[in-house]
Amino acid sequence: MTNAGGKSRFWVSLLLLAAAFPVRAQVTFTRLLNSAKEPQNWLTYSGDYTGHRFSALDQVNAKNVNSLVAKWVYQTGATGKFETTPLVVDGILYATGPDNRVFALDARSGRPIWLYQRQLPADIRPCCGRVNRGVAVLGDKVFLGTLDAHVIALDAKTGNVIWDVTAVDYKLGYSFTLAPLAVKDLVILGVSGGEYGIRGFVDAYDAGTGQRKWRFYTVPGPGEPGHETWEHDSWKIGGAPAWITGTYDPLTNQLFWPTGNPSPSNRGEGRAGDNLYSNSLLALDADAGKLNWYFQFTKHDEHDWDSTQVPVMIDHGDKHLIAQANRNGFFYVLDRSSGKLVFANPYGKITWSDSKDAEGRPVPNQQSEPTPEGRPICPGALGTTNWFSPSFDPQTGLFYVNAREECDIFSTAPQPYEAGHAYYGSAYFPADETEPYWGALRAIDPANGQVKWEFRHVSPSWSGVLSTAGGLVFTGDPEGNFIALDAASGKPLWHFQTGSAVYASPMAFAIDGKEYLAIAAGSSLYTFSLP
Amino acid sequence: MAAAALGQGSNPYAADPKMAKVGEFQFRLNCAFCHGLGARGGGRGPDLTRGQKRHGNSDGELFSTISNGIPGTAMPSNGTTGQGVGMTDEEIWQVITYLRSVQVKAPATPLGDTAHGKQLFYGDANCSGCHMVQGKGGRLGPDLTAVGSARATDYIVDSVRHPSRRLAQGLLEATKEFPQEYETVTVVTADGKEIKGVALNEDGFSVQLMDASEQIYMFEKDKLRSFQVSRVSLMPAYDSTLLSDKDLQDIVAYLLSAGAR
Repeated sequence: MTNAGGKSRFWVSLLLLAAAFPVRAQVTFTRLLNSAKEPQNWLTYSGDYTGHRFSALDQVNAKNVNSLVAKWVYQTGATGKFETTPLVVDGILYATGPDNRVFALDARSGRPIWLYQRQLPADIRPCCGRVNRGVAVLGDKVFLGTLDAHVIALDAKTGNVIWDVTAVDYKLGYSFTLAPLAVKDLVILGVSGGEYGIRGFVDAYDAGTGQRKWRFYTVPGPGEPGHETWEHDSWKIGGAPAWITGTYDPLTNQLFWPTGNPSPSNRGEGRAGDNLYSNSLLALDADAGKLNWYFQFTKHDEHDWDSTQVPVMIDHGDKHLIAQANRNGFFYVLDRSSGKLVFANPYGKITWSDSKDAEGRPVPNQQSEPTPEGRPICPGALGTTNWFSPSFDPQTGLFYVNAREECDIFSTAPQPYEAGHAYYGSAYFPADETEPYWGALRAIDPANGQVKWEFRHVSPSWSGVLSTAGGLVFTGDPEGNFIALDAASGKPLWHFQTGSAVYASPMAFAIDGKEYLAIAAGSSLYTFSLP
Repeated sequence: MAAAALGQGSNPYAADPKMAKVGEFQFRLNCAFCHGLGARGGGRGPDLTRGQKRHGNSDGELFSTISNGIPGTAMPSNGTTGQGVGMTDEEIWQVITYLRSVQVKAPATPLGDTAHGKQLFYGDANCSGCHMVQGKGGRLGPDLTAVGSARATDYIVDSVRHPSRRLAQGLLEATKEFPQEYETVTVVTADGKEIKGVALNEDGFSVQLMDASEQIYMFEKDKLRSFQVSRVSLMPAYDSTLLSDKDLQDIVAYLLSAGAR
């Protein structure tokens, strides 16, 4: 026994040495730029700057995926939607849970290394759950945006707070729910709060000190271009949050950051105009936060169709494109050097548009406006997709997204603005007489927007998608399954019942030469590998 | 006003028409998704214009119902609906003020003959073959003990006359947005046996169903020869030749009286 104990201690210390060395390696900007060279790690929210959510790991493939087994499960003990995408850096997994928990785990075993939980004020009022989608890493720090609108840097080794800055007053309805993005020496975040009549922005903070380097207001102030798209003082409470992690093109040093709905979300009266830059894709200079171009997907939105979906960079020969499967039901491909629309094609049922303008942008029809009595419109308020990530697989050339087939009755009602109070100007309901909601994982050809295959879900999913070099796509469903499908055909090859609806996007990492798949569901983070 | 004062049992805004109007906004944002515009009920939540409420009628009880939800039902606690952002205590009182403003007085005479309705339910109309009230009856269809308070009268009448128009909701999982509905499922097993029943639950890969003899089956879909889901209810449509308007009224009166308890 003693001998065995001694032996295992010996091995443990050897392993510690082996594991400890890479931990000391800093996550430099160069590593983030070249993340493709270290597929064992997952260094940013979408896996890399392109937004592909593609893993080059291929150990788990179409032939062996049916033998995938649960490896370890980490329980947060928290209730509420668990939306995190973990990061993995050299054997350490960093992830977040509800109520601004952050945890660092041994990625091999799931055992905790440190835990951090923010003491949140009692009167935070996040719109859609006390959620968080993950952290960013840079240098020796881990970065978190909080529900009380702080930005916090934690020591990656201990979880201790290194700096903590207030971005804005949470009492007015501002919060952070997204995973920040680290670019150069900056930490970039967009704010949440489109249900509170905020004035949205994207912020950049110095990773070392926490000092704010720039802020881009997504609703232009007096004298700025776009200000004329707001009626009277409506710009002050115009919404346009920026609550999903954008992408970054190092060639042009541009951030591509999507924005959300104008406020109030379901009533346009009082904010006549296009309401720039709500529901847009912004191309921002990463150093200065200056706007290079924008593309507005839904003008003067009255359906809560935030465009907060990850914009995915796709290169086709010499064409540098950016694609977004939008909440309004259209799949858009833009030229990312100019912001010009290449095409827009529906990828789910839509009733709000039946024509396009000269640029090819879908325009709303007469039946698309909410009325006081209520009017059925597709997609519903939660959209054909929502914040959960799509994936682009460079091997199949396909873009994967979970589509939600649901229509709602949209009604509108006058509502006075009151600071810090919910501000929707409306209500929406499921349409009783229409077909029941359902969902499908769809594979879209980004060359033309055609749906190549779909895998049907019993009800609309809130799960993102991961594609891997093993010829697989992974996703979750609201019935609790984590599913692997053949990337080329959509054939389901494996599934695991997690016991809770999935509200997260999967990721992959490797340790000791073994590929792991990870997904958050319920209050648990699950990992899977070959036996 | 301090939150502590607002959280107590009496409504600080009682009978204030301005507050009732403000409460209507809050109601639309937070409650109408299930309880319908105008609080007259929907497929998901009860008609709240009725004076009698199953989980308590006083302002204080309503406040507690809205704040804490009703465990075991679809009624969530404030702020956890996933639809709205949740309400402050002040806003909850505004909603209660609004509900009082739209509340209608119960009719002086009952809708129908409760005793006769009960007789029909357990007798000639054969409702109890599939439905249970207070523990007595079948379990193929939804338990109707609380339906009198949970659904508007029109809704109940419509469900008897046209059961396929809106299928009842079944299993409600806390972690899932959409409850299972009482869909009809027909499977043919690998050895050619056809089984028809009501879906207890279904996911992409499996289905659990109950047949007319209340036998429960569990299947993996890929092991079946065929699998079909239909939104035509297993419940027969009771038209006026099967069940007169008067008899239907009596059954509804019975369900209302059972649900009020």
